[in-house]
Amino acid sequence: MKLNINGKAVEVNADPDMPLLWALRDILGLTGTKFGCGAGFCGACTVQLDGEPVRGCQTPVSAVGTAKITTIEGLSASAWGRKLQDAWVALDVPQCGYCQAGQLLAAEALLRSTPKPTDADIDAAMSGNLCRCATYTRIRAAIKQAAAA
Amino acid sequence: MSLSRRAVLKAGVVAGGGLSLGWQLGSARAALPGQLSAFVQIAADGAIRITAHQPEVGQGVRTSFPMMIAEELDVDWAQVTVVPAPGDRAVYGMQLAGGSMATPTQFERMRRLGAAARAMLVQAAATAWGVPAAEISTGSAMLRHKPSGRSARYADMASAAAQLKAPDPKTVTLKDPGQFRILGRRVPGVDNGKLVSGQPLFGIDARVPGMAYAAFAKSPVFGGKLKRANKAAALAVPGVKAVIDIAERRDLKAEIDVPLPGIEVLPQGIAVIATSTWAALRGRDALACEWEGGDAAFQSTLAWEAAAAKALKDGPQKPGFINHGDAPAKLAGAARQVTADYAYPFIAHAALEPMNCTAQVTDGKCTLWLSTQTPEDARRMVAVALGIKPADVTLHLMRSGGGFGRRLMNDVAVEAAVIAKAAGVPVKLTWDRAQDFAHDWLRPGGWHRLAAGLDAKGDIIAWHDHFISFGRGGNFDPPASIDQSLFPAGVIKDYRADVSVLPIASTLGWLRAPINNAFAFVTQGFIDECAHAAGRDTLEYRRALLGPPRAIPMAAEGGAEGAENSGTPYHTGRMRRVVDEAAVMARWGRKLGPRTGLGIAFHFSHLGYFANVVEASVNDAGDVKVHKIWVAADVGQQIINLSGAENQVQGSVIDALGAALGQRISFADGAVEQVNFGDYSLARMNDAPAVEVKFISTDFPTTGLGEPAYPSLAPALAGAIFQATGKRLRQLPFDTSQLKA
Ligand code: FES
Ligand code: FES
Repeated sequence: MKLNINGKAVEVNADPDMPLLWALRDILGLTGTKFGCGAGFCGACTVQLDGEPVRGCQTPVSAVGTAKITTIEGLSASAWGRKLQDAWVALDVPQCGYCQAGQLLAAEALLRSTPKPTDADIDAAMSGNLCRCATYTRIRAAIKQAAAA
Repeated sequence: MSLSRRAVLKAGVVAGGGLSLGWQLGSARAALPGQLSAFVQIAADGAIRITAHQPEVGQGVRTSFPMMIAEELDVDWAQVTVVPAPGDRAVYGMQLAGGSMATPTQFERMRRLGAAARAMLVQAAATAWGVPAAEISTGSAMLRHKPSGRSARYADMASAAAQLKAPDPKTVTLKDPGQFRILGRRVPGVDNGKLVSGQPLFGIDARVPGMAYAAFAKSPVFGGKLKRANKAAALAVPGVKAVIDIAERRDLKAEIDVPLPGIEVLPQGIAVIATSTWAALRGRDALACEWEGGDAAFQSTLAWEAAAAKALKDGPQKPGFINHGDAPAKLAGAARQVTADYAYPFIAHAALEPMNCTAQVTDGKCTLWLSTQTPEDARRMVAVALGIKPADVTLHLMRSGGGFGRRLMNDVAVEAAVIAKAAGVPVKLTWDRAQDFAHDWLRPGGWHRLAAGLDAKGDIIAWHDHFISFGRGGNFDPPASIDQSLFPAGVIKDYRADVSVLPIASTLGWLRAPINNAFAFVTQGFIDECAHAAGRDTLEYRRALLGPPRAIPMAAEGGAEGAENSGTPYHTGRMRRVVDEAAVMARWGRKLGPRTGLGIAFHFSHLGYFANVVEASVNDAGDVKVHKIWVAADVGQQIINLSGAENQVQGSVIDALGAALGQRISFADGAVEQVNFGDYSLARMNDAPAVEVKFISTDFPTTGLGEPAYPSLAPALAGAIFQATGKRLRQLPFDTSQLKA
């Protein structure tokens, strides 16, 4: 199977039913995408397919087809991604940091479609991504900072 | 904090030239030249490396501890590279993330290390220049001698400094806090860049050549035995390589010489070894294991609720467990009595990184890649399980995707090591979320029947609690206990706690501000009720309850037996100050909109004084919306990292908000019923209000921040809801269906 991951064509030898999350982590060694619940509840496994955030644990590799996959390892290829990464570092968003890859991929998709998000926009786009450490106040602030950058 | 007599510094030479300095811990392996044990390394090439040795679970120690050293070393933070340490007590001393104790126990120690390295560099320059050391000043890793105009980089003097004998750490001069240039500032976490680009840091990211992936089928009922399993079906799953019987349930507690908090047994079960985690988990499911029996088969939330109701009706099993003064007599003679029943459920840690461990066992030696709060315990426990020496267990201390107390326990490491040994290849064992809930070390549930006696003014003169929680053999498990250090014991002179103990076989543990996280809800909520009964403002009432500023001695541990007053005193003045500050921040007493309320609560735990005010409104459907939370905190003189400190407090109160609104673990047929975040809800972005935090610096030692902000949130929210609706919520999580207009 051929996948396009972070702008590169990659051959992956995986069971077609295997969720993209596990193909990325265990077969391809891209461990930035995280396992949190395996059931669509937490968003730790968020990646983008053609720019749309999806749950890697709920997306079989066979369903990806020719869609371009963006993972946290490739986020800095996006101008919004870089602004978000800078804001995340500067505002010191992470605590444990485990959820942040998923948060950033969700946030990048938000800013691309809504460059000046309101609080309600942020709530709508980000409420699928759990942060067990509850860094939400800073995630919100960092999205706004990136939007203003 | 005083340094122990054995605290000795040892200097060495960095490979390639330069100074290294670390603690000599009475071990031949400690602080040898060029070894990782050096906490500070100043290389001749200009690199300044500081070792971060404490387990990072999100509390920010990988940043805050090196900051302490860098401050006294007198370098710029940007000049520092932080390097990780493995888990090795013989080299690094205590490595522990728990009890918010890292900062209080090691703040001065880390500073003295940095100051000693600076003193050695100054001495080396003084000798080289033939000038008095006292005339040399430092800053930004530079040495300067004003009178002669000479200057040098630390790097230039580092090799000469390495030849000097390290000073006695007790004799070095520490900076006056007014001179701090790093401590107290906002310093972003040292791993932030790696976290936002997805680099491997966590235990679950470990990859070892030749590694296989493992899942472990074990009974969801503690102690259950395997009845049947379909191994052929598991082996038929693509990617599954082997299934391995872990045939014997082993009581490791009986095998270990020094008791550890983490593991009592290695359960019986079947390990599935595969080419991916997904295949391993599918293989485990294909086993379709059936289990029977188990010590915990009797467990049921419904049965426990009935047992608690019966105990409340029949009276306590252990009357007078804590008994100060004569609460019953004072109650009988009080102008009025207030009574109420409170309850709270089991809750789970639910760290977002599921429990996992990568283990390799070869030639009687074991290597672990582990996210843990207690690396030394993990090494010892794994050594017992494998029958090898702790020194033969190497532990790569990985960043933890959350701890909250769960990773004080290293059960997953024992399982991984035993499975890796049997598999003959390195394995990464990962629990799925259902196992994380099923095999957690839960915050125990509890019930309180409270009675307070009020005097003519309405002030509380007597407090009586019938407290019910869980234990074994008629005794409370430690995380389920009550002790005399818990407010209002000590403050209210006539105080009595009767108790009853319900049996449990599942594991109970320490969860963020353990014991306190439940007691503050009960105690502060009931104080609110007393204030209301007395017709008084809840803020003014709390001030009166705390009374004049004084230090009240508190017992450390235990019930009636442990009655010596050896604990940390409770400073009513420190508490009043944070209460007053939180009220000012929130503009207490202002006019509010319809069905909107302000609630206030305070709590002392983990040496920190916290008060918070919550503003919340309730719509006609009963939905609670928290608008804002204000927190005032006194954790002593010096905030280490303002950014990290504020993050901890904001996270703690929003975490507590999630718990108050939705977290509950229940049991049926012996096992935990919740399987994933669909039936166990954490706070989400749309629940999270703004949180304003203020730290008040007082003339007390600096203490930790990972936990003590949590407990006072739930009662403050309950108070706000009461003001908004007139409904008193006495049970966690809140049943908001009662709040419909
Ligand atoms: S791991 Fe995919 S949503 Fe949680
Ligand atoms: S930072 Fe820990 S889960 Fe978000």
